[in-house]
Amino acid sequence: MNDRRSFFMITCIAFGFAFLYIPILSMMVFSFNASKLVTVWDSANSPTLKWYYSLLSNEEILDAAWISLKVAVINASGSVILGTLAGFGLARFARFRGRFTLNAMVTAPLVMPEVITGLSLLLLFVALEQTIGWPAGRGITTMTIGHMTFSMAYVCVVVQSRLATFDTALEEAAMDLGARPPKVFFVITLPIIFPAILSGWLLAFTLSWDDLVISSFTSGPGSSTLPMVVFSKVRLGVSPEINVLATLTVAAVTLIIVGVSLWMARSARAEKLAA
Amino acid sequence: MTGRGLVVVLPYLWLLLFFVVPFAIVLKISFSDVDLAIPPYKPLWEWTGKNALAIKVNFNNYVFLFTDSLYIKALLNSLKVAFFSSLLCLIIGYPMAYGIARARPALRNVLLLLVILPFWTSLLLRVYAWIGLLKANGVINNVLIWLGIIHEPLTMLYTPFAMYVGIVYSYLPFLILPLYANLEKMDWQLLEAAEDLGCRPWQAFYKITLPLSRNGMLAGSMLVFIPAVGEFVIPALLGGPNALMIGRVLWDEFFSNRAWPVASAVAILLLILLVPFMMWYQSVQSNESAGSK
Repeated sequence: MNDRRSFFMITCIAFGFAFLYIPILSMMVFSFNASKLVTVWDSANSPTLKWYYSLLSNEEILDAAWISLKVAVINASGSVILGTLAGFGLARFARFRGRFTLNAMVTAPLVMPEVITGLSLLLLFVALEQTIGWPAGRGITTMTIGHMTFSMAYVCVVVQSRLATFDTALEEAAMDLGARPPKVFFVITLPIIFPAILSGWLLAFTLSWDDLVISSFTSGPGSSTLPMVVFSKVRLGVSPEINVLATLTVAAVTLIIVGVSLWMARSARAEKLAA
Repeated sequence: MTGRGLVVVLPYLWLLLFFVVPFAIVLKISFSDVDLAIPPYKPLWEWTGKNALAIKVNFNNYVFLFTDSLYIKALLNSLKVAFFSSLLCLIIGYPMAYGIARARPALRNVLLLLVILPFWTSLLLRVYAWIGLLKANGVINNVLIWLGIIHEPLTMLYTPFAMYVGIVYSYLPFLILPLYANLEKMDWQLLEAAEDLGCRPWQAFYKITLPLSRNGMLAGSMLVFIPAVGEFVIPALLGGPNALMIGRVLWDEFFSNRAWPVASAVAILLLILLVPFMMWYQSVQSNESAGSK
Protein backbone atom coordinates (compact mmCIF):
# COMPACT_ATOMS: atom_id res chain seq x y z
CA MET A 1 0.00 0.00 0.00
CA ASN A 2 2.72 2.36 1.03
CA ASP A 3 4.61 1.69 -2.19
CA ARG A 4 1.62 2.41 -4.31
CA ARG A 5 1.00 5.64 -2.41
CA SER A 6 4.53 6.88 -2.79
CA PHE A 7 4.49 5.93 -6.48
CA PHE A 8 1.41 8.13 -6.89
CA MET A 9 3.11 10.98 -5.01
CA ILE A 10 6.26 10.75 -7.08
CA THR A 11 4.25 10.80 -10.32
CA CYS A 12 2.37 13.90 -9.19
CA ILE A 13 5.53 15.71 -8.18
CA ALA A 14 7.33 14.73 -11.38
CA PHE A 15 4.39 15.90 -13.48
CA GLY A 16 4.23 19.19 -11.56
CA PHE A 17 7.91 19.93 -11.96
CA ALA A 18 7.83 18.98 -15.64
CA PHE A 19 5.00 21.50 -16.07
CA LEU A 20 7.05 24.17 -14.26
CA TYR A 21 10.32 23.53 -16.05
CA ILE A 22 9.63 22.38 -19.64
CA PRO A 23 8.74 25.90 -20.85
CA ILE A 24 11.88 27.35 -19.26
CA LEU A 25 14.12 24.62 -20.64
CA SER A 26 12.64 24.91 -24.12
CA MET A 27 13.41 28.65 -24.16
CA MET A 28 16.98 27.90 -23.14
CA VAL A 29 17.45 25.26 -25.84
CA PHE A 30 15.98 27.42 -28.59
CA SER A 31 18.16 30.38 -27.63
CA PHE A 32 20.95 28.49 -29.41
CA ASN A 33 18.84 27.92 -32.52
CA ALA A 34 20.05 29.69 -35.66
CA SER A 35 16.63 29.92 -37.32
CA LYS A 36 14.65 33.14 -37.05
CA LEU A 37 11.53 31.00 -36.72
CA VAL A 38 12.69 30.27 -33.16
CA THR A 39 10.86 26.97 -32.61
CA VAL A 40 11.91 25.25 -35.84
CA TRP A 41 15.33 23.76 -35.16
CA ASP A 42 17.83 24.61 -37.88
CA SER A 43 20.17 21.66 -37.41
CA ALA A 44 22.61 22.77 -40.11
CA ASN A 45 23.66 25.98 -38.36
CA SER A 46 22.82 25.29 -34.71
CA PRO A 47 23.84 25.52 -31.97
CA THR A 48 24.98 29.07 -32.39
CA LEU A 49 25.63 32.12 -30.22
CA LYS A 50 24.54 34.60 -32.88
CA TRP A 51 21.44 35.77 -31.01
CA TYR A 52 23.57 36.31 -27.92
CA TYR A 53 25.72 38.74 -29.88
CA SER A 54 22.70 40.42 -31.39
CA LEU A 55 21.07 40.85 -27.97
CA LEU A 56 24.22 42.32 -26.45
CA SER A 57 24.49 44.84 -29.26
CA ASN A 58 20.81 45.83 -29.17
CA GLU A 59 20.84 49.45 -27.95
CA GLU A 60 17.14 49.59 -27.17
CA ILE A 61 17.32 46.55 -24.90
CA LEU A 62 20.54 47.65 -23.22
CA ASP A 63 19.18 51.14 -22.49
CA ALA A 64 16.01 49.65 -21.04
CA ALA A 65 18.03 47.20 -18.95
CA TRP A 66 20.06 50.08 -17.52
CA ILE A 67 16.89 51.96 -16.51
CA SER A 68 15.46 48.76 -15.00
CA LEU A 69 18.65 48.19 -13.06
CA LYS A 70 18.64 51.69 -11.57
CA VAL A 71 14.98 51.45 -10.56
CA ALA A 72 15.44 47.95 -9.14
CA VAL A 73 18.45 48.84 -6.98
CA ILE A 74 16.93 52.01 -5.53
CA ASN A 75 13.63 50.22 -5.02
CA ALA A 76 15.21 47.24 -3.26
CA SER A 77 17.21 49.43 -0.89
CA GLY A 78 14.27 51.67 -0.03
CA SER A 79 11.85 48.76 0.33
CA VAL A 80 14.20 46.97 2.70
CA ILE A 81 14.22 49.95 5.05
CA LEU A 82 10.45 50.53 4.97
CA GLY A 83 9.60 46.82 4.97
CA THR A 84 11.92 45.99 7.86
CA LEU A 85 10.48 48.82 9.97
CA ALA A 86 6.94 47.64 9.25
CA GLY A 87 7.80 43.98 9.80
CA PHE A 88 9.60 44.74 13.05
CA GLY A 89 6.71 46.84 14.32
CA LEU A 90 4.13 44.19 13.49
CA ALA A 91 6.18 41.31 14.89
CA ARG A 92 7.38 42.94 18.11
CA PHE A 93 4.67 45.37 19.18
CA ALA A 94 1.54 43.45 20.06
CA ARG A 95 -0.49 46.60 20.45
CA PHE A 96 -0.16 50.06 18.98
CA ARG A 97 -2.54 52.55 17.44
CA GLY A 98 -2.95 51.83 13.77
CA ARG A 99 -1.71 48.23 13.99
CA PHE A 100 -4.81 46.88 12.29
CA THR A 101 -4.58 49.45 9.50
CA LEU A 102 -0.86 48.87 8.99
CA ASN A 103 -1.43 45.13 8.82
CA ALA A 104 -4.19 45.59 6.25
CA MET A 105 -2.08 48.04 4.24
CA VAL A 106 0.85 45.62 3.96
CA THR A 107 -1.35 42.62 3.12
CA ALA A 108 -3.39 44.31 0.40
CA PRO A 109 -0.56 45.12 -2.06
CA LEU A 110 0.39 41.42 -2.11
CA VAL A 111 -2.89 40.44 -3.74
CA MET A 112 -4.10 43.69 -5.32
CA PRO A 113 -4.39 43.32 -9.11
CA GLU A 114 -1.59 45.37 -10.59
CA VAL A 115 -3.80 47.26 -13.00
CA ILE A 116 -5.61 48.83 -10.04
CA THR A 117 -2.42 49.76 -8.18
CA GLY A 118 -0.87 51.13 -11.36
CA LEU A 119 -3.86 53.23 -12.33
CA SER A 120 -4.31 54.63 -8.83
CA LEU A 121 -0.62 55.57 -8.51
CA LEU A 122 -0.67 57.34 -11.85
CA LEU A 123 -3.77 59.33 -10.91
CA LEU A 124 -2.08 60.27 -7.62
CA PHE A 125 1.03 61.53 -9.43
CA VAL A 126 -1.07 63.53 -11.88
CA ALA A 127 -3.11 65.07 -9.04
CA LEU A 128 0.06 65.87 -7.04
CA GLU A 129 1.66 67.51 -10.05
CA GLN A 130 -1.43 69.67 -10.57
CA THR A 131 -1.62 70.79 -6.95
CA ILE A 132 1.96 71.00 -5.64
CA GLY A 133 3.97 70.70 -8.85
CA TRP A 134 5.75 67.54 -7.74
CA PRO A 135 6.61 65.11 -9.27
CA ALA A 136 7.25 67.14 -12.42
CA GLY A 137 6.47 64.63 -15.14
CA ARG A 138 6.85 60.91 -14.77
CA GLY A 139 9.88 58.69 -15.06
CA ILE A 140 12.34 56.85 -12.90
CA THR A 141 11.25 58.56 -9.66
CA THR A 142 7.57 57.81 -10.04
CA MET A 143 8.26 54.23 -11.14
CA THR A 144 10.50 53.66 -8.15
CA ILE A 145 7.86 55.01 -5.76
CA GLY A 146 5.32 52.68 -7.33
CA HIS A 147 7.60 49.66 -7.06
CA MET A 148 8.52 50.44 -3.46
CA THR A 149 4.87 50.53 -2.47
CA PHE A 150 4.31 46.87 -3.32
CA SER A 151 7.88 45.61 -2.75
CA MET A 152 7.97 46.81 0.86
CA ALA A 153 4.92 44.67 1.56
CA TYR A 154 6.82 41.56 0.47
CA VAL A 155 9.89 42.55 2.52
CA CYS A 156 7.64 43.13 5.51
CA VAL A 157 6.18 39.61 5.26
CA VAL A 158 9.64 38.02 4.97
CA VAL A 159 11.07 39.99 7.93
CA GLN A 160 7.98 39.52 10.05
CA SER A 161 7.98 35.74 9.62
CA ARG A 162 11.70 35.55 10.44
CA LEU A 163 11.15 37.61 13.62
CA ALA A 164 8.20 35.42 14.62
CA THR A 165 10.42 32.33 14.69
CA PHE A 166 13.25 33.67 16.81
CA ASP A 167 13.26 33.88 20.56
CA THR A 168 12.91 37.31 22.15
CA ALA A 169 15.10 36.16 25.09
CA LEU A 170 18.28 37.55 23.50
CA GLU A 171 16.72 40.95 23.01
CA GLU A 172 15.36 40.94 26.55
CA ALA A 173 18.73 39.91 27.99
CA ALA A 174 20.44 42.79 26.21
CA MET A 175 17.80 45.15 27.48
CA ASP A 176 18.22 43.84 31.06
CA LEU A 177 21.92 44.49 30.76
CA GLY A 178 21.14 48.12 30.05
CA ALA A 179 21.22 48.41 26.26
CA ARG A 180 18.82 51.00 24.83
CA PRO A 181 16.24 49.72 22.30
CA PRO A 182 18.01 51.18 19.22
CA LYS A 183 21.25 49.53 20.29
CA VAL A 184 19.48 46.22 20.87
CA PHE A 185 18.03 46.45 17.39
CA PHE A 186 21.35 47.14 15.66
CA VAL A 187 23.53 44.80 17.74
CA ILE A 188 21.20 41.85 18.36
CA THR A 189 18.14 41.89 16.12
CA LEU A 190 19.64 43.09 12.86
CA PRO A 191 22.40 40.44 12.62
CA ILE A 192 19.87 37.70 13.39
CA ILE A 193 17.36 38.80 10.79
CA PHE A 194 20.06 39.65 8.24
CA PRO A 195 19.31 36.60 6.04
CA ALA A 196 15.67 37.69 5.88
CA ILE A 197 16.71 41.23 4.99
CA LEU A 198 18.98 39.90 2.25
CA SER A 199 16.20 37.73 0.80
CA GLY A 200 13.90 40.72 1.07
CA TRP A 201 16.34 42.87 -0.88
CA LEU A 202 16.68 40.24 -3.60
CA LEU A 203 12.92 39.74 -3.73
CA ALA A 204 12.29 43.48 -4.02
CA PHE A 205 14.94 43.74 -6.74
CA THR A 206 13.34 40.91 -8.71
CA LEU A 207 9.79 42.25 -8.34
CA SER A 208 10.91 45.59 -9.69
CA TRP A 209 13.10 44.14 -12.44
CA ASP A 210 10.15 42.02 -13.68
CA ASP A 211 7.32 44.49 -13.28
CA LEU A 212 5.45 45.47 -16.41
CA VAL A 213 2.04 46.78 -15.40
CA ILE A 214 2.89 49.29 -12.67
CA SER A 215 5.88 50.54 -14.70
CA SER A 216 3.69 51.08 -17.76
CA PHE A 217 1.28 53.25 -15.80
CA THR A 218 3.88 55.27 -13.90
CA SER A 219 6.65 55.69 -16.48
CA GLY A 220 7.08 58.67 -18.72
CA PRO A 221 8.46 59.22 -22.21
CA GLY A 222 12.02 57.95 -22.61
CA SER A 223 11.94 55.79 -19.51
CA SER A 224 10.91 52.40 -20.84
CA THR A 225 12.02 49.54 -18.63
CA LEU A 226 13.21 46.18 -19.89
CA PRO A 227 9.84 44.43 -19.37
CA MET A 228 8.11 47.22 -21.30
CA VAL A 229 10.44 46.74 -24.28
CA VAL A 230 10.12 42.95 -24.05
CA PHE A 231 6.33 43.19 -23.89
CA SER A 232 6.11 45.33 -27.01
CA LYS A 233 8.39 42.89 -28.87
CA VAL A 234 6.60 39.77 -27.63
CA ARG A 235 3.20 41.13 -28.64
CA LEU A 236 4.40 40.80 -32.22
CA GLY A 237 5.31 37.14 -31.71
CA VAL A 238 8.36 35.14 -30.70
CA SER A 239 11.81 36.60 -31.14
CA PRO A 240 15.12 34.77 -30.81
CA GLU A 241 16.66 37.60 -28.79
CA ILE A 242 14.00 37.25 -26.11
CA ASN A 243 14.93 33.57 -25.73
CA VAL A 244 18.49 34.67 -25.11
CA LEU A 245 17.35 37.24 -22.57
CA ALA A 246 15.28 34.57 -20.82
CA THR A 247 18.21 32.15 -20.74
CA LEU A 248 20.51 34.77 -19.24
CA THR A 249 17.84 35.72 -16.68
CA VAL A 250 17.27 32.12 -15.62
CA ALA A 251 21.01 31.50 -15.37
CA ALA A 252 21.56 34.60 -13.22
CA VAL A 253 18.59 33.86 -10.97
CA THR A 254 19.64 30.24 -10.50
CA LEU A 255 23.21 31.20 -9.60
CA ILE A 256 22.12 33.82 -7.10
CA ILE A 257 19.36 31.80 -5.47
CA VAL A 258 21.40 28.62 -5.19
CA GLY A 259 24.39 30.60 -3.91
CA VAL A 260 22.37 32.45 -1.29
CA SER A 261 20.60 29.25 -0.16
CA LEU A 262 23.90 27.42 0.24
CA TRP A 263 25.35 30.35 2.16
CA MET A 264 22.30 30.49 4.43
CA ALA A 265 22.33 26.74 5.01
CA ARG A 266 25.97 26.96 5.98
CA SER A 267 25.51 29.88 8.37
CA ALA A 268 22.50 28.13 9.91
CA ARG A 269 24.66 25.07 10.48
CA ALA A 270 27.44 27.21 11.98
CA GLU A 271 24.89 28.84 14.26
CA LYS A 272 23.74 25.41 15.42
CA LEU A 273 27.31 24.26 16.04
CA ALA A 274 28.06 27.41 18.03
CA ALA A 275 25.00 26.98 20.21
CA MET B 1 5.86 60.30 20.14
CA THR B 2 7.01 57.03 21.67
CA GLY B 3 9.83 54.89 20.29
CA ARG B 4 7.28 52.41 18.98
CA GLY B 5 5.54 55.09 17.03
CA LEU B 6 8.80 56.19 15.44
CA VAL B 7 9.45 52.69 14.11
CA VAL B 8 6.18 52.28 12.29
CA VAL B 9 5.39 55.87 11.36
CA LEU B 10 7.48 55.86 8.18
CA PRO B 11 6.03 52.74 6.52
CA TYR B 12 2.60 53.75 7.78
CA LEU B 13 2.69 57.18 6.16
CA TRP B 14 4.26 55.79 2.99
CA LEU B 15 1.47 53.25 2.50
CA LEU B 16 -1.16 55.79 3.45
CA LEU B 17 0.08 58.28 0.86
CA PHE B 18 0.98 55.88 -1.97
CA PHE B 19 -1.52 53.08 -1.46
CA VAL B 20 -4.66 54.37 0.28
CA VAL B 21 -4.93 58.00 -0.85
CA PRO B 22 -4.64 56.99 -4.55
CA PHE B 23 -7.85 54.99 -4.20
CA ALA B 24 -9.67 58.11 -3.04
CA ILE B 25 -8.43 59.86 -6.17
CA VAL B 26 -9.55 56.97 -8.36
CA LEU B 27 -12.97 57.21 -6.73
CA LYS B 28 -13.08 60.95 -7.34
CA ILE B 29 -12.12 60.67 -10.99
CA SER B 30 -14.61 57.86 -11.58
CA PHE B 31 -17.29 60.53 -11.02
CA SER B 32 -15.74 63.02 -13.48
CA ASP B 33 -16.48 63.68 -17.11
CA VAL B 34 -14.16 62.69 -19.90
CA ASP B 35 -12.45 65.73 -21.38
CA LEU B 36 -10.23 66.26 -24.39
CA ALA B 37 -7.43 67.77 -22.35
CA ILE B 38 -4.37 66.82 -20.39
CA PRO B 39 -5.16 65.13 -18.03
CA PRO B 40 -8.25 63.86 -19.87
CA TYR B 41 -10.97 64.52 -17.29
CA LYS B 42 -12.94 67.51 -16.07
CA PRO B 43 -12.47 68.77 -12.51
CA LEU B 44 -15.09 67.63 -10.03
CA TRP B 45 -15.40 71.01 -8.39
CA GLU B 46 -14.76 74.49 -9.70
CA TRP B 47 -14.90 77.97 -8.24
CA THR B 48 -17.43 79.79 -10.33
CA GLY B 49 -17.54 83.43 -9.55
CA LYS B 50 -16.64 84.75 -6.12
CA ASN B 51 -18.05 82.49 -3.47
CA ALA B 52 -19.79 79.81 -5.47
CA LEU B 53 -18.46 76.31 -5.66
CA ALA B 54 -19.88 74.16 -8.43
CA ILE B 55 -19.65 70.45 -7.80
CA LYS B 56 -20.34 68.25 -10.74
CA VAL B 57 -20.69 64.64 -9.71
CA ASN B 58 -22.01 62.35 -12.33
CA PHE B 59 -22.70 58.68 -12.32
CA ASN B 60 -22.52 58.43 -16.10
CA ASN B 61 -19.41 56.28 -16.03
CA TYR B 62 -21.08 53.74 -13.77
CA VAL B 63 -24.33 53.82 -15.72
CA PHE B 64 -22.25 53.23 -18.83
CA LEU B 65 -20.56 50.18 -17.28
CA PHE B 66 -23.90 48.60 -16.59
CA THR B 67 -25.56 49.44 -19.90
CA ASP B 68 -22.76 48.35 -22.20
CA SER B 69 -22.73 44.56 -21.80
CA LEU B 70 -18.96 44.42 -22.51
CA TYR B 71 -17.98 45.34 -18.96
CA ILE B 72 -20.29 42.98 -17.13
CA LYS B 73 -19.33 40.17 -19.48
CA ALA B 74 -15.64 40.85 -18.93
CA LEU B 75 -16.14 40.94 -15.18
CA LEU B 76 -18.07 37.66 -15.08
CA ASN B 77 -15.59 36.00 -17.42
CA SER B 78 -12.67 37.16 -15.24
CA LEU B 79 -14.34 35.70 -12.15
CA LYS B 80 -14.92 32.42 -13.98
CA VAL B 81 -11.37 32.20 -15.30
CA ALA B 82 -9.88 33.07 -11.90
CA PHE B 83 -12.09 30.53 -10.13
CA PHE B 84 -11.24 27.62 -12.43
CA SER B 85 -7.56 28.60 -12.48
CA SER B 86 -7.47 28.47 -8.68
CA LEU B 87 -9.19 25.09 -8.77
CA LEU B 88 -6.69 23.73 -11.31
CA CYS B 89 -3.78 25.12 -9.28
CA LEU B 90 -5.20 23.36 -6.24
CA ILE B 91 -5.53 20.04 -8.08
CA ILE B 92 -1.97 20.21 -9.42
CA GLY B 93 -0.43 21.94 -6.42
CA TYR B 94 -1.89 19.93 -3.55
CA PRO B 95 -0.09 16.66 -4.31
CA MET B 96 3.10 18.63 -4.89
CA ALA B 97 2.89 20.52 -1.59
CA TYR B 98 1.96 17.31 0.19
CA GLY B 99 4.80 15.35 -1.40
CA ILE B 100 7.33 18.07 -0.54
CA ALA B 101 6.11 18.28 3.06
CA ARG B 102 6.53 14.52 3.46
CA ALA B 103 9.88 14.22 1.68
CA ARG B 104 13.15 13.64 3.54
CA PRO B 105 14.45 16.98 4.94
CA ALA B 106 17.44 17.18 2.56
CA LEU B 107 15.30 16.45 -0.49
CA ARG B 108 12.58 18.76 0.81
CA ASN B 109 14.84 21.82 0.62
CA VAL B 110 15.85 21.00 -2.93
CA LEU B 111 12.24 20.52 -4.04
CA LEU B 112 11.21 23.73 -2.32
CA LEU B 113 14.00 25.58 -4.09
CA LEU B 114 12.73 24.14 -7.39
CA VAL B 115 9.25 25.54 -6.69
CA ILE B 116 10.64 28.95 -5.76
CA LEU B 117 13.05 29.29 -8.71
CA PRO B 118 10.45 29.92 -11.45
CA PHE B 119 8.78 32.43 -9.15
CA TRP B 120 12.01 34.47 -9.19
CA THR B 121 12.22 34.39 -12.97
CA SER B 122 10.35 37.06 -14.87
CA LEU B 123 6.64 36.30 -15.25
CA LEU B 124 6.68 37.99 -18.63
CA LEU B 125 9.41 35.69 -19.92
CA ARG B 126 7.72 32.58 -18.54
CA VAL B 127 4.45 33.53 -20.23
CA TYR B 128 6.40 34.22 -23.39
CA ALA B 129 7.82 30.68 -23.20
CA TRP B 130 4.30 29.33 -23.71
CA ILE B 131 3.93 31.22 -26.99
CA GLY B 132 6.85 29.17 -28.31
CA LEU B 133 5.31 25.96 -27.00
CA LEU B 134 1.72 26.52 -28.10
CA LYS B 135 1.87 28.27 -31.48
CA ALA B 136 1.00 26.50 -34.74
CA ASN B 137 4.60 25.63 -35.61
CA GLY B 138 5.56 25.56 -31.94
CA VAL B 139 7.26 22.89 -29.89
CA ILE B 140 4.15 20.93 -28.80
CA ASN B 141 2.70 20.71 -32.31
CA ASN B 142 6.06 19.76 -33.78
CA VAL B 143 6.50 16.98 -31.25
CA LEU B 144 2.98 15.64 -31.73
CA ILE B 145 3.33 15.65 -35.52
CA TRP B 146 6.74 14.00 -35.27
CA LEU B 147 5.23 11.28 -33.06
CA GLY B 148 2.46 10.80 -35.62
CA ILE B 149 -0.31 11.55 -33.11
CA ILE B 150 -1.68 14.43 -35.18
CA HIS B 151 -1.21 15.41 -38.81
CA GLU B 152 -2.43 19.00 -38.75
CA PRO B 153 -1.15 21.43 -36.11
CA LEU B 154 -3.65 22.10 -33.32
CA THR B 155 -4.78 25.67 -32.69
CA MET B 156 -3.81 26.30 -29.08
CA LEU B 157 -2.31 29.79 -28.92
CA TYR B 158 -4.77 32.70 -28.58
CA THR B 159 -7.49 30.46 -27.15
CA PRO B 160 -9.02 30.27 -23.65
CA PHE B 161 -7.03 27.05 -23.22
CA ALA B 162 -3.75 28.95 -23.64
CA MET B 163 -4.89 31.56 -21.14
CA TYR B 164 -5.74 28.93 -18.53
CA VAL B 165 -2.39 27.22 -19.06
CA GLY B 166 -0.60 30.55 -18.64
CA ILE B 167 -2.45 31.53 -15.46
CA VAL B 168 -2.14 28.12 -13.80
CA TYR B 169 1.51 27.94 -14.75
CA SER B 170 2.36 31.41 -13.46
CA TYR B 171 0.42 31.23 -10.20
CA LEU B 172 1.17 27.63 -9.19
CA PRO B 173 4.07 28.55 -6.82
CA PHE B 174 1.76 31.02 -5.03
CA LEU B 175 -0.53 28.12 -4.16
CA ILE B 176 2.15 25.58 -3.30
CA LEU B 177 4.14 27.75 -0.88
CA PRO B 178 1.44 28.64 1.70
CA LEU B 179 -0.02 25.16 1.42
CA TYR B 180 3.39 23.61 2.03
CA ALA B 181 3.94 25.90 5.04
CA ASN B 182 0.64 24.66 6.44
CA LEU B 183 1.23 20.95 5.73
CA GLU B 184 4.75 21.09 7.08
CA LYS B 185 3.41 21.95 10.55
CA MET B 186 1.05 18.99 10.57
CA ASP B 187 1.45 16.19 13.09
CA TRP B 188 1.83 13.11 10.88
CA GLN B 189 1.31 10.84 13.89
CA LEU B 190 -2.38 11.65 13.58
CA LEU B 191 -2.39 9.79 10.26
CA GLU B 192 -0.55 6.82 11.73
CA ALA B 193 -3.00 6.73 14.62
CA ALA B 194 -5.95 6.78 12.22
CA GLU B 195 -4.46 3.97 10.16
CA ASP B 196 -3.71 1.94 13.28
CA LEU B 197 -7.35 2.32 14.23
CA GLY B 198 -8.37 0.90 10.87
CA CYS B 199 -8.74 3.89 8.59
CA ARG B 200 -7.70 3.28 5.00
CA PRO B 201 -4.99 5.74 3.85
CA TRP B 202 -7.38 7.63 1.57
CA GLN B 203 -9.94 7.83 4.34
CA ALA B 204 -7.33 9.10 6.78
CA PHE B 205 -6.28 11.71 4.21
CA TYR B 206 -9.86 12.77 3.61
CA LYS B 207 -10.79 12.90 7.30
CA ILE B 208 -7.59 14.32 8.79
CA THR B 209 -5.14 15.90 6.35
CA LEU B 210 -7.67 17.65 4.17
CA PRO B 211 -9.61 19.39 6.99
CA LEU B 212 -6.38 20.33 8.80
CA SER B 213 -4.94 21.91 5.66
CA ARG B 214 -8.07 23.99 5.04
CA ASN B 215 -6.37 27.29 5.91
CA GLY B 216 -3.42 26.53 3.67
CA MET B 217 -5.71 25.69 0.78
CA LEU B 218 -7.77 28.85 1.31
CA ALA B 219 -4.73 31.12 1.61
CA GLY B 220 -3.10 29.59 -1.48
CA SER B 221 -6.27 29.73 -3.58
CA MET B 222 -6.84 33.33 -2.59
CA LEU B 223 -3.30 34.23 -3.65
CA VAL B 224 -4.19 32.82 -7.08
CA PHE B 225 -7.79 33.99 -7.35
CA ILE B 226 -7.51 37.67 -6.37
CA PRO B 227 -4.67 38.72 -8.68
CA ALA B 228 -5.93 36.44 -11.47
CA VAL B 229 -9.26 38.32 -11.62
CA GLY B 230 -7.41 41.48 -12.63
CA GLU B 231 -4.66 39.76 -14.64
CA PHE B 232 -3.50 41.68 -17.69
CA VAL B 233 -0.26 40.25 -19.07
CA ILE B 234 -1.36 36.63 -19.55
CA PRO B 235 -4.64 37.29 -21.39
CA ALA B 236 -2.90 39.95 -23.49
CA LEU B 237 -0.14 37.59 -24.62
CA LEU B 238 -1.84 34.19 -24.75
CA GLY B 239 -5.58 34.84 -24.85
CA GLY B 240 -5.92 36.43 -28.25
CA PRO B 241 -8.28 39.25 -29.18
CA ASN B 242 -11.38 37.51 -27.81
CA ALA B 243 -10.10 36.91 -24.31
CA LEU B 244 -12.40 39.25 -22.44
CA MET B 245 -10.79 39.93 -19.08
CA ILE B 246 -11.54 42.95 -16.91
CA GLY B 247 -7.85 43.79 -16.36
CA ARG B 248 -7.42 44.05 -20.08
CA VAL B 249 -10.56 46.15 -20.50
CA LEU B 250 -9.22 48.57 -17.88
CA TRP B 251 -5.85 48.73 -19.64
CA ASP B 252 -7.44 49.42 -23.04
CA GLU B 253 -9.81 52.07 -21.66
CA PHE B 254 -6.82 53.79 -20.13
CA PHE B 255 -4.11 53.44 -22.77
CA SER B 256 -6.03 53.07 -26.05
CA ASN B 257 -9.19 55.11 -25.43
CA ARG B 258 -7.68 57.55 -22.95
CA ALA B 259 -10.96 57.25 -21.03
CA TRP B 260 -9.49 57.78 -17.57
CA PRO B 261 -12.83 58.25 -15.80
CA VAL B 262 -14.21 55.01 -17.29
CA ALA B 263 -11.02 53.14 -16.38
CA SER B 264 -11.35 54.53 -12.84
CA ALA B 265 -14.95 53.35 -12.59
CA VAL B 266 -13.85 49.88 -13.75
CA ALA B 267 -11.12 49.89 -11.08
CA ILE B 268 -13.60 50.89 -8.35
CA LEU B 269 -16.04 48.19 -9.41
CA LEU B 270 -13.30 45.57 -9.42
CA LEU B 271 -12.07 46.75 -6.05
CA ILE B 272 -15.53 46.54 -4.47
CA LEU B 273 -15.75 42.99 -5.77
CA LEU B 274 -12.32 41.95 -4.50
CA VAL B 275 -12.20 43.63 -1.08
CA PRO B 276 -14.31 40.91 0.62
CA PHE B 277 -11.89 38.27 -0.70
CA MET B 278 -8.91 40.29 0.53
CA MET B 279 -10.45 40.58 3.98
CA TRP B 280 -11.13 36.86 3.97
CA TYR B 281 -7.52 36.21 3.00
CA GLN B 282 -6.26 38.43 5.79
CA SER B 283 -8.39 36.67 8.41
CA VAL B 284 -7.24 33.24 7.17
CA GLN B 285 -3.66 34.47 7.35
CA SER B 286 -3.96 35.77 10.90
CA ASN B 287 -5.69 32.55 12.02
CA GLU B 288 -2.84 30.65 10.50
CA SER B 289 -0.09 32.60 12.25
CA ALA B 290 -2.02 32.59 15.54
CA GLY B 291 -2.32 28.82 15.28
CA SER B 292 1.41 28.36 14.78
CA LYS B 293 2.44 30.16 17.96
